[in-house]
Amino acid sequence: MATTAVPVALSNEEVLRYSRHLILPEVGMDGQLKLKAARVLCIGAGGLGAPLGMYLAAAGVGAIGMVDFDVVDRTNLQRQIIHGTKDIGRKKLDSAAETMLDINPNVNIERHEVALSSENALQIMKDYDVVVDGTDNFPTRYLVNDACVLLGIPNVYGSIYRFEGQASVFATKDGPCYRCLYPEPPPPGLVPSCAEGGVLGILPGMIGIVQATETVKLILGRGETLIGRLMLYDAMNMKVREMKLRKSPECPICGPNRTIHELIDYHQFCGVPKQPAQPEPVAAGGEIDAVGLKELLDRNHNFVLIDVREPHEYQICRIPNAKLIPLGDLPRRVRELDPAAEYVIHCRSGVRSAKACTVLRDAGFRSVRNMAGGILAWSDKVDPSVPKY
Amino acid sequence: MAKILIPTPLRHFVNGQDAVEIAGGTVGECLEKLTTDFGDLRKNLFNDEGKLRSFVNVYLNDEDIRYLDKTATAACDRDTISIVPSIAGGR
Repeated sequence: MATTAVPVALSNEEVLRYSRHLILPEVGMDGQLKLKAARVLCIGAGGLGAPLGMYLAAAGVGAIGMVDFDVVDRTNLQRQIIHGTKDIGRKKLDSAAETMLDINPNVNIERHEVALSSENALQIMKDYDVVVDGTDNFPTRYLVNDACVLLGIPNVYGSIYRFEGQASVFATKDGPCYRCLYPEPPPPGLVPSCAEGGVLGILPGMIGIVQATETVKLILGRGETLIGRLMLYDAMNMKVREMKLRKSPECPICGPNRTIHELIDYHQFCGVPKQPAQPEPVAAGGEIDAVGLKELLDRNHNFVLIDVREPHEYQICRIPNAKLIPLGDLPRRVRELDPAAEYVIHCRSGVRSAKACTVLRDAGFRSVRNMAGGILAWSDKVDPSVPKY
Repeated sequence: MAKILIPTPLRHFVNGQDAVEIAGGTVGECLEKLTTDFGDLRKNLFNDEGKLRSFVNVYLNDEDIRYLDKTATAACDRDTISIVPSIAGGR
């Protein structure tokens, strides 16, 4: 893609601001004017969106759209450097725009405070030259890809997990798209999110900056972009590798015999319910809340409290007398437990413990209760000295 | 011995290792051996029919085996087999 530079000029302030670009032959005045004329849409103002937004603003990209509907919370600040402690509770869009305009008041920030959906994606995305995917879930990744293919807009892709990142450029005229690489998503639950699996705070910085670099190169029409290449970054071993990507002849959206001609229901496609899943129906007496658990403990009721989190979570905080058996170890450690005893199971928020309850009930345990809300609820309702994470 | 690089999401199935050396004539044989040695990994790589799952990409060096001979692709000593799963994190 090469954005045609509209006949705009730089002010004297901009000439000074961009002087290190202007004296680079590969950018120069022509390139800087292309950046000024360019319109880039960032999906997400989180981990990847933070460095992206800041560097694209600093580089002088004329119009930067941001799609996000979240508010800043404290757990974001370990990596989302576009937001600060003072921004906790603010809309991410407002906080991000303030930072970007502070870096460079010459850019226009276009705020789209919505969840991107099949209904609004084409309308929002159609007026941009480049779309940068900084989302955090499979349905939105397939949605962004498909909308980019249908609109003919390059999709600058980046994705992170714990210490590893991926980046590429999809949906250019002759290049592969995300579906050429991954025709289908993994079943829900197989790949944990950053919230469940953790992420090195610096990692989205690295990958977001790769995305920002590719975006600027696409606008300038310079250099060799990641079209047809998948960059794999391993922060733990500090290794960068690249894999060849090809346009798949069987791709359902960009192949010659494509079967997808319009946006589909991506939640259904990814097997994820649109609304948060209804809690599984539990048998009478199948659940207990934090206050109820406290009462059992206080009156020395005879039961076993099992914590199914991981050992590194147990180190952060714990409920007194809880026996640690990580969910993954439970099936082979069931034999350590007496099926006739009474059990309460807890985890961080109540999801893993619900799975553990099923494991135990399936193994013939008669009295198994899930502690609703997990140790987070314990901190909220019983013991505020227990830190939340 | 080909070297199979294990991505982070799958490492807990192989005792936390980031790479496993496996002897085998083809990529398929190496993966078969890998998932025999580490049984819990099998359902993450193969479906019930024993086919590689569509969200798991396998590369021999830097080439997608879908564009080589798929699982029948010959794997020699010093070859690197990479499992590249889809990840979606970004926030």
